[in-house]
Amino acid sequence: MIADLAPLLAVERLRVEFPTRRGTLVAVHDLSFDIAPGEVLGVVGESGAGKSITGAAIIGLIDPPGRIAAGEIRLHGRRIDNLPYAELRRVRGREIGAIFQDPLTSLNPLYTVGRQLIETIRTHLDLNETEARQRAIALLEEVGIPAAGRRIDHYPHQFSGGMRQRVVIALALAAKPKLIVADEPTTALDVSIQAQIIELLKRLCREHGTAVMLVTHDMGVIAETADRVAVMYAGRIVEIGPVADVIHRPQHPYTVGLMGSIPSIVDDRERLTQIDGSMPRLTALPTGCAFHPRCPQVFARCREERPELFPAGASRAACWLLETPVAATTGAMA
Amino acid sequence: MTDDLLRMTGVTRVFDVSPPWLNRVLERKGRVILKAVDGVDLTIRRGETLGLVGESGCGKSTVARLIVGLYAPTRGTIAYEGVTIAGEGASRDEAALRRTRRGMQMIFQDPYASLNPRWRVADIVAEPLRLHSPDLSRADMAARVAALLEQVGLAAADGTKYPHQFSGGQRQRISIARALSTNPSFLVCDEPTSALDVSVQAQVLNLMRELQRRLGLTYLFISHNLAVVHHIADRVGVMYLGRIVELAPTRELFGTPRHPYTRMLLDAVPDLAMTGASRTAVAGEVPNPLDPPSGCTFHPRCPFANERCREENPVLRPAGGAEVACHAVEEGRLPPRVVALAAR
Repeated sequence: MIADLAPLLAVERLRVEFPTRRGTLVAVHDLSFDIAPGEVLGVVGESGAGKSITGAAIIGLIDPPGRIAAGEIRLHGRRIDNLPYAELRRVRGREIGAIFQDPLTSLNPLYTVGRQLIETIRTHLDLNETEARQRAIALLEEVGIPAAGRRIDHYPHQFSGGMRQRVVIALALAAKPKLIVADEPTTALDVSIQAQIIELLKRLCREHGTAVMLVTHDMGVIAETADRVAVMYAGRIVEIGPVADVIHRPQHPYTVGLMGSIPSIVDDRERLTQIDGSMPRLTALPTGCAFHPRCPQVFARCREERPELFPAGASRAACWLLETPVAATTGAMA
Repeated sequence: MTDDLLRMTGVTRVFDVSPPWLNRVLERKGRVILKAVDGVDLTIRRGETLGLVGESGCGKSTVARLIVGLYAPTRGTIAYEGVTIAGEGASRDEAALRRTRRGMQMIFQDPYASLNPRWRVADIVAEPLRLHSPDLSRADMAARVAALLEQVGLAAADGTKYPHQFSGGQRQRISIARALSTNPSFLVCDEPTSALDVSVQAQVLNLMRELQRRLGLTYLFISHNLAVVHHIADRVGVMYLGRIVELAPTRELFGTPRHPYTRMLLDAVPDLAMTGASRTAVAGEVPNPLDPPSGCTFHPRCPFANERCREENPVLRPAGGAEVACHAVEEGRLPPRVVALAAR
């Protein structure tokens, strides 16, 4: 329904490199995807897949010597990957909000949460101190912090982990951004708190029409939150599609294995599907399809040539098995 | 009775987390005592996997450390194969205790921190052997280490490498090989897969199941991940603020959860089957364990709490196929669970 609209964020052939003494590491290769206004795009993958780097590239937070070596990132059609620092600062926070994994490190322990909120609000919105404080209290109330008028003058250590993550969400929303990049926002939290934070994020984004790029390794969180999912492996998207399709009708052998390896509280399986081996290191990426050494359906072509994303069902997946329509039906192996 | 491998009776462990003496005097504050484990009764049967779940700070890791002897219980006793190994009435003969404890080993959460980076893998795996069987010859030791590495899916030649040359999953295999070196019958696993990626977690869980079947091992499997515990455990205990609030066979616990906290936890787990489903999130957080609520410690978050819950601490009682510590369950005033599983 929202797919027809012009994309809010467009990433095209993004390439992120980290020069090291032993040569250049390419953390993200040729990555292209869109996020529509108000859409929640989940980005999943195992550690080292490049999902966090992608998020950091969009917020403009890649630490030198790492750099965007090629490709474009557009917000509302305007390029944001090559902005000068001062302008980037205006975009970051104002148009793109960020939520990180650890709420303790994303808040300054030396300032009250109110000070941090007011500073963010006044940097981006034309409000005086009193108005900004009122907005800060309103934001804290909105993210469900009880007695916000009193809590605003507390320091981060006086909040519990769940409450701190609520403060971080309030900070991300402070300047009414159109896009939030949330990198593992619930990973550091206990399950019951995690459910509260997911619920909160979903509600706020629905109410404000904010789009979210949700980076996580937790498929359960994605299943409940995202509209579409991109599955990353070794720096590339291997499958992207509507959330229900990717989870219940995975096309790429990696996605099939990934879904099968997740234990569930509703099924009874003696053995989990096992993908042998582990993700290749960036220093030693295999030729052809990066998944081929672990793939149960590997054939000669996979070792030599890298597949592009092919249409497969409602999704797109980068696998030679899906190249022809005949092969596409065999995609759902057990 | 003879089938009980491990029995914990009324085990309590408190930690003194008081500020330094001078601060206490200046600020006129008393000692601060943290009750990490509070009167836990637990029996682990030979050959089973007992899962222990709960949120951070509920005391599940303290239980593991009490069992393997890294902590001593403040009150209560722990018996292993009928021999009291900790608490009142435990033998004071360290050597005898060590012989008894030889049958149990522990696997830790972090495969990066639990292996000495300066040792070769063969030395790491052989360390418990050197301690427990000092008269083993060099050749026998090497053969044993090679067999252990192969048993966990590594190559015998991997023994000459250092831990940093392995991925997280392989390191956890090394930890398992080390734990198996003394031919234990009981493994205490504290979050063994929490630091691993899902596909690697699946490899380790499958390996643990295989080893259990082949070697007849008994596991205490501690995790915050309910789906993992559902997959691996035969029986599950749910902990909340140092107490076990529900203990039941896995199918029973996940099929008919009885304690309101267990229900809350199960409702909170995001699951693949829940695409697009919306749930009512539970309110509240785990209270400060330094100042736990009176009566049932769950009462401030419990929708079914009444006067009795605020005053009287419930104990584990049989209820159906489970054991539950809840006044509402005991009095039969708990409504049946409304399953809001909007499977697509």
